[in-house]
Amino acid sequence: MDSVINAQQIVNGLQLGSIYALIALGYTMVYGIVRLINFAHGDFYMVGAFAAYGAFYLFNAYLGSGGVLAFVVLILAMAASAAIAQLANRLAYKPLRYKPRLSSLVTAIGVSMFLEYLFSALPVIGPNPRGFPEIIPKRMFTVGSAEISNYVVIDITVAAVLMVGLTLLIRRTALGKAMRAVSQDKDAARLMGIDVEKIISATFLIGGAFAGAAGLLAGMTYPRIQPYMGILPGIKAFIAAVLGGIGNIPGAVLGAYIMGLAETFATSYNSLLGEGIAFVILILVLLVRPTGLLGEKTADKI
Amino acid sequence: MKRFASIMVPAVIVGGIFLSCSGGPPVFKLGGVGPVTGEAATFGASTKQGIEMAVAEWNVQGGVLGKQIRLAFADDKGDPAEGATVYTKLIQQDGVSAIVGTVMSKVSLAGAPICQSYKIPMISTASTNPKVTDVGDYIFRACFIDPFQGTVGAAFSYSDLQAKTAAVIFDVGNDYPKGLAEFFRTKFTELGGSVVAFEGHATGTTDFKAQLTKMVRAEPDVIYCSDYYNDVALIARQARELGFKGPMVGGDGWDSPELTKIGGAAVEGTFFTNHYSKDDIRPIVKDFVAKFKAKYNADPDALAALAYDATYIMLNAVKTAGTADGAAIKNALASTDLEVVSGRVKFDANRNPVKSAVIIEIKGGEQVYRTTVYP
Repeated sequence: MDSVINAQQIVNGLQLGSIYALIALGYTMVYGIVRLINFAHGDFYMVGAFAAYGAFYLFNAYLGSGGVLAFVVLILAMAASAAIAQLANRLAYKPLRYKPRLSSLVTAIGVSMFLEYLFSALPVIGPNPRGFPEIIPKRMFTVGSAEISNYVVIDITVAAVLMVGLTLLIRRTALGKAMRAVSQDKDAARLMGIDVEKIISATFLIGGAFAGAAGLLAGMTYPRIQPYMGILPGIKAFIAAVLGGIGNIPGAVLGAYIMGLAETFATSYNSLLGEGIAFVILILVLLVRPTGLLGEKTADKI
Repeated sequence: MKRFASIMVPAVIVGGIFLSCSGGPPVFKLGGVGPVTGEAATFGASTKQGIEMAVAEWNVQGGVLGKQIRLAFADDKGDPAEGATVYTKLIQQDGVSAIVGTVMSKVSLAGAPICQSYKIPMISTASTNPKVTDVGDYIFRACFIDPFQGTVGAAFSYSDLQAKTAAVIFDVGNDYPKGLAEFFRTKFTELGGSVVAFEGHATGTTDFKAQLTKMVRAEPDVIYCSDYYNDVALIARQARELGFKGPMVGGDGWDSPELTKIGGAAVEGTFFTNHYSKDDIRPIVKDFVAKFKAKYNADPDALAALAYDATYIMLNAVKTAGTADGAAIKNALASTDLEVVSGRVKFDANRNPVKSAVIIEIKGGEQVYRTTVYP
């Protein structure tokens, strides 16, 4: 068993899990408030990665490499993804807000494919994979029998901070209270004087910004980006969100780490079956707890 | 005047359409296919350049069968489904008499049955998986095949690098890396070495750490990676992060400038088997490198050389056949004996050329010629 589960594999699983967590947070938040499974979320993440790439080469000459540059790149990546998310909300999702839920779902898939093909067609981006710059120099540490890079620490820290921040925002602020109200009953919320569209916009902006941060971190951790990079992590983050209980913020993070670890252990047990085993585990969990690990009982169907 | 214009304008338009359909001198239509976009994009770009350069040279010499050669080139995007579409399009819409391409084995395997059923001779430039030419007697290739490449990689690892243990990683969703990994394992074991880990990964993944952790813990003398450059670069980086300091060896899928761009220092001191080296001293190679540099202002990689060779082999067969008929060209191809950039080409009974391989080392971010291995 030592060859399958050891310190190094746990580190590997946690790193993969934190990337999934960052995507899953935005996924679950949008679902929790708008009740929309936003399949384009993985593509907002891709947009963030490319925005970070562009921002790095624009500002590299002026800011040098290091903390200030990393901060500027992070802000721009988050802003770009937030802008795309808001644009998708306004143009594609808003007109279908009070139409059958299946229409928005299909539209979300459409937005996803549109972004992928648009980015492949843009001459400055194009369909070919490209390397991602090392925005913060990578350092390796040996802890016990495991090799840990500073990126693992950064990924896990950012995922944890954003999770706590988001939970506080939703539980403690007026905006959060309004978000919870909208998620429970849009009409009642409107009667209470809440501008529902404004709250939904805020939700997409925050969710998009999270995807942007995830895109930057994924680009740094696995330095190869291309327009289709969001598909697989997007699907896995969605499953992580379902596993944790969709709509539940800590659940998304828990689900993401379980996904990351399960995938890593399964792959190290048998790389040829690999991810197949990880998905079997997920199906088993959902058989026992259909609403996810931390999900509340609800009559809603996905 | 107005009346004159009202008659002349439609007349010119109709005439123009007529001319563009059937007018002009007769041409020989040649199809070309390569992955200009997608995961093997640099392969496609080089392939297109190689084919275009060869066609241009033949046209300067008067073309073939007394006609100029018109090239119809299509992008297969490195995708088998797209490949099947473009092969069909070249044959049905463009009406080509022969096809040069494509690069990736999985895509050639999608195109070959189409060429076979329409009896259009096809020569793959760089698909090294043995199954490609097994499709039928109209399918040839300009490159050596993976059993030979895997053998060369294993022998080089065992003898030159003195590796006694090896760990292997490859893409399970792709015919080329999968086949090559297996041929390497067979030969390396046969030589007396042991393969301590044999790990697959999913197509399109960016995280290889679970497999690599297992591999590095088995303490292999060498890691053999049969993937394409894009994955190799990430695998090399992650293997180094996990503390692997030994050499890595791979196949011709590594041959791209992107390997060092994405891989950086992690790919230093790695080796791969290839079809040709630009540092070869044979006159035909020197001549090719000089002409390619003059035309494209870059060094030709093996993909460009193979595409150039494949085009020459195909056009030479058309010339020998003396007709654009598929069956005649196919027979002429089978009896090819031609000196080209990547060696002397003669086809065996399975329409595979028997020729040499070179070992390339990555040194200081550059590809450096190490040695030539004969079959």
